[in-house]
Amino acid sequence: MSAPLLDISGLSAISTRENARVLRDVDLVVAEGEVHGLVGESGAGKSTIAKAVLDMLPRTIRVTGGRIVFRGRDLASLDRASLRALVAREIALIPQDPMTGLNPTRRIEAQLTDGMRLVAGMSRGEARERALALLEEVRIADPARTLAAYPHELSGGMRQRVLIAAAFALEPKLVVADEPTTALDVTVQKQILRLIRGMQERHGTGVIFVTHDLGVVAKICDRVTLLYQGKVVEAGTAREMIETPRHAYTRALLAASPRYDRPEHGCDPVPGSVVAGLEAEIARHDEGRAP
Amino acid sequence: MADALPRESAPLDAATAAPSLAQRARRPLWRDLLAEKRVVIAGSYLALLALVAIFAPWIAPRDPLEQDLMLSLLPPAWAAGAEPGYWLGTDDLGRDVLSRLIYGARVALTVALVAATLAAILGSVLGLLAGWYRGLVDGAVSRLVDIWMAFPPVLLSILLVAIIGAGLPAVIIAIVIIDWTRFCRVVRAETMQQAAQDYVIAARTIGFSRRAILIREILPNVAPVLVALVSLEMGIAVIVEAILSFVGLSVSSDMPTWGGMIAQGRQIIHHAWWVLAAPLAMLFVTVLAFNQLGDGLRRALDPVARR
Amino acid sequence: MSLAAVLRRLATAAVTLFGVAVVVFVLLRVAPGDPIAMMIGPGASEADIAALRARYGLDQGLVTQFFIWLQGLIAGDLGTSISLRSDVLGLLGQRLPATLELAGAALVVALLVGGTIAILGTLARRSPGEAVVDGANGLLLAVPDFIWALAFVLVFAVFIPVFPLTGRMDPTIDMDFATRFFLLESLVRAEFAVFGNIVSHMTMPVLALALPLAAIVARVLKGALIEAMGQDYVLLARLKGKSELRLVLQEALRNALPATLALTGVQFTFLVGGTVIIERIFAYPGIGNMAIDAVINRDLPLIQGIVLAFGAMFIAINLAVDLAVAALNPRLRHG
Ligand SMILES: Nc1ncnc2c1ncn2[C@@H]1O[C@H](COP(=O)(O)OP(=O)(O)OP(=O)(O)O)[C@@H](O)[C@H]1O
Ligand SMILES: [Mg+2]
Repeated sequence: MSAPLLDISGLSAISTRENARVLRDVDLVVAEGEVHGLVGESGAGKSTIAKAVLDMLPRTIRVTGGRIVFRGRDLASLDRASLRALVAREIALIPQDPMTGLNPTRRIEAQLTDGMRLVAGMSRGEARERALALLEEVRIADPARTLAAYPHELSGGMRQRVLIAAAFALEPKLVVADEPTTALDVTVQKQILRLIRGMQERHGTGVIFVTHDLGVVAKICDRVTLLYQGKVVEAGTAREMIETPRHAYTRALLAASPRYDRPEHGCDPVPGSVVAGLEAEIARHDEGRAP
Repeated sequence: MADALPRESAPLDAATAAPSLAQRARRPLWRDLLAEKRVVIAGSYLALLALVAIFAPWIAPRDPLEQDLMLSLLPPAWAAGAEPGYWLGTDDLGRDVLSRLIYGARVALTVALVAATLAAILGSVLGLLAGWYRGLVDGAVSRLVDIWMAFPPVLLSILLVAIIGAGLPAVIIAIVIIDWTRFCRVVRAETMQQAAQDYVIAARTIGFSRRAILIREILPNVAPVLVALVSLEMGIAVIVEAILSFVGLSVSSDMPTWGGMIAQGRQIIHHAWWVLAAPLAMLFVTVLAFNQLGDGLRRALDPVARR
Repeated sequence: MSLAAVLRRLATAAVTLFGVAVVVFVLLRVAPGDPIAMMIGPGASEADIAALRARYGLDQGLVTQFFIWLQGLIAGDLGTSISLRSDVLGLLGQRLPATLELAGAALVVALLVGGTIAILGTLARRSPGEAVVDGANGLLLAVPDFIWALAFVLVFAVFIPVFPLTGRMDPTIDMDFATRFFLLESLVRAEFAVFGNIVSHMTMPVLALALPLAAIVARVLKGALIEAMGQDYVLLARLKGKSELRLVLQEALRNALPATLALTGVQFTFLVGGTVIIERIFAYPGIGNMAIDAVINRDLPLIQGIVLAFGAMFIAINLAVDLAVAALNPRLRHG
């Protein structure tokens, strides 16, 4: 196996706002061209990992240990400017909420071509051509009209398509998708999932796919990392994890998530004994470590 | 709308019914006030200024009206050519600037205190009525506020004083007539909001009269905002008085005022800058103090922030 | 904003303006003091006074006077100034442009200064610099135009005498103006020496008027900018390598403007009201300065004309703000 696209090892972080651990020795490997699911309940630290990869952590979160190696380069070893340049060129983000992901006062064309002109140095005309092709690729019916539109003139699904187009615009090596379908309704969700998977396969892009929904994982991910309170509970291929879960928590979550194939299936809450077990693991982990 | 709510949803036990200011304060009020640095600093300055104003005859080094043309345009004590005993120099009529400044505080503080209090009373009463009774009363009061807001305040105050005739009472009346709207708008909005809260509805359901509720429940809750507004209004009143004195429409010239001194200083600016600088500095510091006190009070008394 | 909405606003505005006119009219007539007596002074004969009273319509009943005045108003005649003995409309036409230029320039300066403070504060957010910017702005917020004006007089006219103390331009300037908008006209006609002279005369009054408004603009705009900077679209643009300054200018500013404009519109009317005393301090020949003389001389027709002019300006400002807010918001622009 060739060197991985992204290799996170032992990543730890604390929140100075809440004065609490946010990540606990997280290991996470994303291979080239792989969709890697990052799963956990709210507050588990999924977005924190995503932001750490993008070098966009808020000041109130401090990394206390570990390494993030992207294509063989330790991100911590780069100076600010080259890190920014690297991220701009090779890593892209699909945000959660298509409503706030697009600037309401700028036309789609300006927003879609920003990166092409700024990072790839394309001319206005080149960027426009590329934008039209991209919109076609994400199956937007009338690309020319969409380019001239303001965000509020598009539906939620259309906007998310625009954001996906923008993410793939510079042929990044890695796309971070932070719950890209949570804000959409179910039918649109499926289309968007299929679209991301399709784009990713065509372009050979690695994807970190953040979600709290194991059902989504089954649909799109190759490998999965499951987090609880910033600690990796279980990691493996999506198929293994769903068919033969090893950890009690994973089993409980699987029971709790409404499945695509059985939407009428009720949700069972995570049992108290499982939570107690997890808390004990967390406590063992934290023992003897400086806060 | 309030009456449509189910009655049983409004129990009147101590836990849910409502917190008048006194009940709410877990800590004594003065502790909150002292914790707010701005309140302490601005408050001390203003208290000192008030003492100076009250005891002006004992504090002022000389008679503020005494002219001595032999001693006109003396510079302040630290400048060359100064005369001992005239700390801030003299004006073109040889009057002692420091003494005039001290006596000027009397007019400034009188106007601040009386005008702000009266404006607060007038505005609050109208605002309470409009916010509580709504309907026709509210319509009339709000329209009046709108028309008032279409006047430039400075022009209106000059107009009013010209009509009523110059003098301290006229200045005060003018400020009250112009600035009651500030209180009215805030109190009206606050009353409307408070009137829709559970505890007021509760008080109504167990049969308190409207007036009793207004006085017992709403007024104490509006009070913190009012106190802060009064402080801000005092700063505004000091400025308006100075402006009217500057234009020559305030008190007669045998009573020293900061605004009057400023007008005079403006005339002789090229001969004696200190005649303008001294009252201007006092005006600045005093307005700033009222402002900071108001802001600080708003924070310290805010019932939400206090808990 | 639809045409119907604009018309509705204009109609309410007309009613308010009428209310203002009535209030001023009544106040002035019931007030003690006789403008005619002020005008000719002691020693005039009874007959002279009566003749003058008749000439200015002051011998009629109150209601009749009001309707005469109203009739004139509708026909575009605001009467004759008693103290200046000339047509009120003409006087306004002469003086109003000076006030409009003063207030307009102050608005531009306030937006520039306030915008700069807000942007600096946004860039420095959550750093020690933010407290410095906020503190400075708090000071600006607390000090009224009157104090600024006199402080400028003290500093820039006496200690560091760089700006002329009074007037609109040097009396020695000899330029044939086609309009009364001297500032604009000298700029358009590329008379830069004249333009510079006018600018130097306007600097102190404009700054005095602008600073308090700038502080309000800064506070509101900074809040809106910081909110906008937390949005995902800013994050995405930041990932593409845009500098913080460009993020503020290109991504956040447009989104923060409507709220800021709406909130500062009312404050701008206070600025316009402030021209009265500021023009007085700098002997600037606008309608505010004229207003104070008119009040002191009890010049009823002139006072009424000026108050109406101010009322009209206030209403126009509010309308313009609403239109600008609508124009800045693409959602509203496209219906
Ligand atoms: N800006 C911040 N500053 C400090 N701590 C933060 C900040 N944002 C989040 N945290 C803390 O970090 C922890 C992890 O948050 P994170 O946003 O990574 O969770 P998440 O898994 O993405 O949850 P969600 O599903 O709700 O998005 C939480 O405990 C949260 O309180
Ligand atoms: Mg998240």
